[in-house]
Amino acid sequence: MASTTTVSKEDKINYLLYIADTALILSHRNSEWCGHAPVLEQDIALTNIALDLLGQARNFYQYAAELIGNNATEDSLAYLRLEHEYKNLLLAEQPNEDWAYTVLRQFYISTFLFYLYQQLQQNEDEQVAAIAAKSIKEVAYHVRWSGEWVIRLGDGTKESNQRMQQALDFLKDYTGEVFIAANYEQAMQIDMATIQKKWEEKVAAVLNEAMLSFSTNNFSHTGGKTGKHTEHLGYILTEMQYLQRTYPNATW
Amino acid sequence: MELKKLEEIFQYKIDNEIKIEPKDWMPEAYRKTNIRQISQHAHSEVVGMLPEGNWITRAPSLKRKAILLAKIQDEAGHGLYLYSAAETLGISRDEMIDQLHSGKAKYSSIFNYPTLTWADMGAIGWLVDGAAIVNQVMLTRTSYAPYSRGMVRICKEESFHQRQGFDILYVLSKGTKEQQAMCQDAINRWWWPSLMMFGPTDSESANTEQSMKWKIKRKTNDELRQQFVDMIAEQVKVLGMTLPDPDLKWNEKTSSYDFGAINWDEFWNVVKGNGPCNKQRLNARRKAHENGAWVREAALAHARKQKEKNKAA
Repeated sequence: MASTTTVSKEDKINYLLYIADTALILSHRNSEWCGHAPVLEQDIALTNIALDLLGQARNFYQYAAELIGNNATEDSLAYLRLEHEYKNLLLAEQPNEDWAYTVLRQFYISTFLFYLYQQLQQNEDEQVAAIAAKSIKEVAYHVRWSGEWVIRLGDGTKESNQRMQQALDFLKDYTGEVFIAANYEQAMQIDMATIQKKWEEKVAAVLNEAMLSFSTNNFSHTGGKTGKHTEHLGYILTEMQYLQRTYPNATW
Repeated sequence: MELKKLEEIFQYKIDNEIKIEPKDWMPEAYRKTNIRQISQHAHSEVVGMLPEGNWITRAPSLKRKAILLAKIQDEAGHGLYLYSAAETLGISRDEMIDQLHSGKAKYSSIFNYPTLTWADMGAIGWLVDGAAIVNQVMLTRTSYAPYSRGMVRICKEESFHQRQGFDILYVLSKGTKEQQAMCQDAINRWWWPSLMMFGPTDSESANTEQSMKWKIKRKTNDELRQQFVDMIAEQVKVLGMTLPDPDLKWNEKTSSYDFGAINWDEFWNVVKGNGPCNKQRLNARRKAHENGAWVREAALAHARKQKEKNKAA
């Protein structure tokens, strides 16, 4: 393993959990569509993205568990932590509402993860770099898929344009959090300014093609990264953790 | 060519194990039977996503969640190949979906039963997919070529699903008392409906005789059901569980298991729409379709605009 002189173990664990939680919660939201999407091909596509994100979450959890020790596992981290211990972006836990919200939420987060993984591929921690290198291929597809849908809906019909605009207006309050670094994130020495700049350029280009207006919001809800969530996360975890909580210490 | 000659050529191919391709002449009734059967099969895959989808967000470990998601995704994929296979017979996917939503087309009644515990994910894989495989292995040799090709591909994935289902139950059977009880309860609830998946007994089956003659089917409902019982009666021993049938007994003479009488009233009741979840399943499909209408319209409108732009450029 590469030297970790610049990053404390605690910061690194928190950082890994932040990415893993974001991927898991977004995967959970996407998986709620399974069997209910507008058309079969897109049901498959979105389930595929849910699976990719779940795989990324598992990789980060497994590494975090290794660093934590004490018999921690990917499942103890996912199933036995409480709301305030979850560090996912608030954006990831926002409800599906409709296809417009779903693809826009995906586009925002995938675009962020893409530029983030670009940097993490070069991380001094070889394991983080390897997970990022593997994941970026998947995320490149997620950006393309969700970006194309944003364009399709923005450009499509009057109704789809309106729905997309509603999704934009609602979700913009949650995009700022992505770029406000938590303490453990600062320790990871990620060039957030570059990620934000690239993210804004990409989002602007897609929204422009989608004939949608994008106003950056100076205000943003925050708190996800440090465990202060919206009301939604409690329900997500109640459902997700139900069996593990009901039958403690059972093997599945 | 005169009709009689065409019929002779068709029957010659069937008799000589030459598969029927979409462009070949075929009797209207053969076309209709295949459309009915393949579309019913496609609908079963798609409706079948719902009972298992019920447990994705509650799967007890990340690994089980990933396997379940991948499995349901496979089912969506099977639905796609089967709709395409049926389309080669001159019906569109939209028409088939309308028939499903109007209640004209059926899907396998098994999916009208509820999934009440995690063990049901195991029981569905082991029993429901197990029963489906017995039927589908036969269908890899069905006479209509696109259906047969689709089945070859689907069978490979289905056997993987069945093993995964068995594995879920195996872990439960070795687990805590509560898990063992959950396992037995799921087997008890899914056993008889799985036997009903093979359809009415031969003497009552309206479609079997003609389908056998055309080699759409190659074994009767009762033959397939017996094959399934013989397989499961052995596998259940590995789980240390029992099948809920006091009359299940090895028969030396026939070298197979005897089993008790199937409750056909229940079967027909579920077929007619009175199963525990018939309305819920169909409503879920209709709702997905209706709520998705604006999305499909937007995608079409965008594609049209792009085409016009490209033309202008």
